[in-house]
Amino acid sequence: MASTIRIRAVAGADATMVQSLIEHPMESGFAARADGTPIAPHYIEVLTFECNGKVVFTAFWGPAVAKDPYLKFSFKRARKGDELRVRWVDNKGKRGSATARIL
Amino acid sequence: MSRSMTSGRAIERRLVLQFLGAGVAALELAAGLESSAQGAEEMPEWPMRAFAQKDEARALQALYGAAIEPSDEIALEVPLIAENLASVPVSVTISLRDVTSISILVPQHAVALAASYCIPEGTEPSVSCHLRMAKTGDVVAVVQSAGRLYGARKRVKVTRGGYAG
Repeated sequence: MASTIRIRAVAGADATMVQSLIEHPMESGFAARADGTPIAPHYIEVLTFECNGKVVFTAFWGPAVAKDPYLKFSFKRARKGDELRVRWVDNKGKRGSATARIL
Repeated sequence: MSRSMTSGRAIERRLVLQFLGAGVAALELAAGLESSAQGAEEMPEWPMRAFAQKDEARALQALYGAAIEPSDEIALEVPLIAENLASVPVSVTISLRDVTSISILVPQHAVALAASYCIPEGTEPSVSCHLRMAKTGDVVAVVQSAGRLYGARKRVKVTRGGYAG
């Protein structure tokens, strides 16, 4: 099933606040099933946000980031209606992306 | 609730509710796994060496090549007592200028570095995310500002079941 990405970006007086929620197991690789067999690591490594042709935020994540990762940040010089694009790649090479219009 | 009244926390809660399918989203999105040529677009390189270190100082050395000096210009917000080990909210807000990078470490983990964020010019020196924690221990925020490295740490107490009071 395709992973879903929820983005909410709201332009304020000073900056645009972005909140995102990505559906991803974010398996650390340190956990085990009930029968003791280890669960393979599976987590997002790199996440980027682009707006108006510019990268406005980059995240490098490790196994400690919680499942279905939430992120909040703010950036300047964007306006209501501008497009924000998010892309991620995980340790298995799987990728996801989404675009949202700034509210 | 009007938008002007909507606090960050309320939005966060609403996002979570929407995520669980409990709300109708007032947001435009087009999500999905990429299969087109776009999917092969270059992504920044993940700092593998920094994420391979068990030790806080070594992780910082691998990531920044420097050691940290304590700073009270870093507001590190963590719960005093974490009720949910699987998702501990961590917020870092910095009042230093020229911040280029924010990293969060949990030294007790087998991989000390939890997350590292690049802050380009025009992006505010502030980030919130949720981390896993296995037991009571420190969370460390590290900030690169004007080529120097600053840090702040806070202890998060973890309770297993029962009361968090």
